[in-house]
Amino acid sequence: MSKPPRGTLARTGGSTRAHSTLVYLRQHWQLYVFFIMPAFLLTVIFRYIPMGGIAIAFTDYNPIQGILGSDFVGVSHFTRFLSSPDFLSYLVNTLKLSVFGLLWGFPAPILLAFLLNRILSKKRKQKIQLVLYMPNFISVIVLCGIVRILLSPTGMVNMLLGTSVNFMTLPSAFRTIYIASGIWQGAGWSSIIYTAALSNASKDLKEAAVIDGANLIQQIRAVEWPAIKDTVLIQFIMSVGNIMSIGFEKAYALQTDLNMASSEIISTYVYKLGLIQADFGFSTAVGLFNTVINVILLISMNAIVKKMNDGKGI
Amino acid sequence: MKAKAIKKKGEFAKLPTGDKAILTVAYIILGVFLLAIILPVIYIILASFIDPVTLQNKGLTFDFSKWTLTAYERVMTNSQIWVGFKNALLYSVEFTVLSVAVTLLAAYPMSRPDFRGRGFFNVIFVITMFFGGGLIPTYLLINDLGLYDNPLAILLPGAFSVWNMIIARTYYQGIPRDLQEAADIDGASEMQYFFKILLPVCTPIIATIAMWNFVGMWNSYFDAMIYLNSASKQPLQLVLRSILIQSQPEPGMVSDIQSTAQRAQLAELLKYATIIISSLPLMIMYPFFQKYFDNGIMAGAVKG
Repeated sequence: MSKPPRGTLARTGGSTRAHSTLVYLRQHWQLYVFFIMPAFLLTVIFRYIPMGGIAIAFTDYNPIQGILGSDFVGVSHFTRFLSSPDFLSYLVNTLKLSVFGLLWGFPAPILLAFLLNRILSKKRKQKIQLVLYMPNFISVIVLCGIVRILLSPTGMVNMLLGTSVNFMTLPSAFRTIYIASGIWQGAGWSSIIYTAALSNASKDLKEAAVIDGANLIQQIRAVEWPAIKDTVLIQFIMSVGNIMSIGFEKAYALQTDLNMASSEIISTYVYKLGLIQADFGFSTAVGLFNTVINVILLISMNAIVKKMNDGKGI
Repeated sequence: MKAKAIKKKGEFAKLPTGDKAILTVAYIILGVFLLAIILPVIYIILASFIDPVTLQNKGLTFDFSKWTLTAYERVMTNSQIWVGFKNALLYSVEFTVLSVAVTLLAAYPMSRPDFRGRGFFNVIFVITMFFGGGLIPTYLLINDLGLYDNPLAILLPGAFSVWNMIIARTYYQGIPRDLQEAADIDGASEMQYFFKILLPVCTPIIATIAMWNFVGMWNSYFDAMIYLNSASKQPLQLVLRSILIQSQPEPGMVSDIQSTAQRAQLAELLKYATIIISSLPLMIMYPFFQKYFDNGIMAGAVKG
C-alpha cells in the first residue's frame, strides 16, 4: 500500500523507527511546513482556542478580569437556564422548526429528482434544472426580503387570496414560512445529489425492466430506488445529526416582534443574550447545551447506521 | 405543461394507463414547483417599476403611466449600496483565494497514504466538524486578537473548510497514481508535483470549491453583522438587511420626502429595486458555472 519513500534512502537496513521517521521528515518537510501548516494553525486558533473558552460557561465572565479572574459559578448557569420558564419554549421551537423542516424538506429534493428523471429530453431537463437551482444563489437576506414582500398585507399572496393578513406577525405562520421558503430555495439544489445517483442507475437494467413489461412503480422500485437508497440514507443521517444546529441567519431575518412566540430559537436567544446584552457566561452555557445535544444526536445516529449498515458508520 | 414536458407524444400514448396517470401528476407537480419559483420573481420585477402609491393601493398594474424608475434611480445613486457592493466583491475574492489555497494545500498531504501524522491531523480536523466553542468564545477570541472591525475577522475563521478539504482529498485520490510515481522517478519535489502536475488536472474541483466559497461569502451576513461596525466596511448583505429586513433605507434614499406616509411607501418600493439590483450579479453568473455543479456534488457524495 505505501510506496517506498522517494530519493536515496530506500533501505538502509536495521535503522530504528526513530531514525526512519527523521529521514522521512527530512525528505517530506514541505508537506508539513507548506501544505498542512496554514490549515493546522487556522484550526488551532479559530476552532480549538474557542473550545477552551467554553470554560466561560462555568463563570460569571467579566471581560476585564478574564476567564481565570472571573468568579467560578459551577453549573448554576445551566440550572438557571433549564429551570427558566422560557427554556422549554425555546427548546420546543428549535426542535419543531428542525424536525418539521426535516420531515417536509427532506423528501422534497428526492421527489424532484424522481420527477426530473422522467424528463427525457436532456436539453429541456437542463433548462428546468437551471430554474430550480436559481433560488439557491439568492442570499438569506434577499430571500427573507422577498418573503416579507410577498406576505405583506398588500403583497402577492394576499392579492391572490383576496385577503390582507400580515403573515409576518403571526406566530402560527412562522414555521410554515420558514420551512416553505427553505424548500423553495433549497430543494432544487439539493436534488442534484439524487439526480446524479439516479443517472448511475444502469440503463440496461431499466430497459430490461421496460421490456419485461414493468410499469412505472415497478421500475422505480426495482431500478431507481436501489440506485439512490444509500445516498438517501447518508443524507438522512447527516440531517438528523444536525437537527440542533439549525441556522441562525434565516430565523433571525424572519423574526418580528410579534412572531417571537414561535420564532425565538436557541441560537437567536444565545445571540441576543450574549452579544446584545453581554451576558457572556450564561449565553455560552446555553450554546454549549445546544452543542452537546447535537453531538449526542450525531453519535447515536452514527451508531444506528452502523447497526443497519453492517458495521459501516459515517 | 404536460404536453410540453413530453418529448414525443407517441411514446406517451403507448404507455399503460396507470403510468400515464402517474406521469401526468408528476409533470403537474414539477410544473407547479417551477411556477412557484418563477412567479414571485416576475412579480418583484414588475412591481419594482410601479409608482409607490399605486403599488400600495392597487398592487400590480399595467397602466404604464403609473410606471416609474424612481426606485432604481434612488437605489443606484445611493453611495452606501456601492460601498456594499465593493466590499462584498473584495471580501468574496479575498476569501475565495485564501480559502481555496489553504484547503487545496492541506488536502494534498491528507490524500497520501504514506503521509505520517495523517491520522493525527485527520482527528484534529474532523472533530471541528462536530464540536466547537460556540458563538461567545469565538467572539471574545476575535476581540482579544484585536480583529474587531477588521475584515480579517470574517475572512480567517472560516478560511479552512474541513468539508471542502475532504472533497478535494477524495478528488486527488481519484487521480491515477502513475502520475505521482512518474514524478517521484523524475525527482520532482512535493511542491513541483503539486503545482505542475496535480493542480492542472484538478481544475473542475477547484472551480467548484471556489464557486461555493465565493457565493457563500457574498451571501452571508452574520459574521459581518457582529464583527464589522464601520459603515465603510460593511458588505452588501448588511446594507440590504437594513433596507429589506429592518425597513430602514439608507438616509439619502428617502430623506427628501416630507410626508411620513409617502416615505414609508417609497421605502417599500425601494425593497423591490434593491432585491433586483443586488441579486443580478449572481443571477447572471451562475448559469456559466452549471457544468461544475454536478461534479462538485458528486465529489462530495463520495465520503473520504
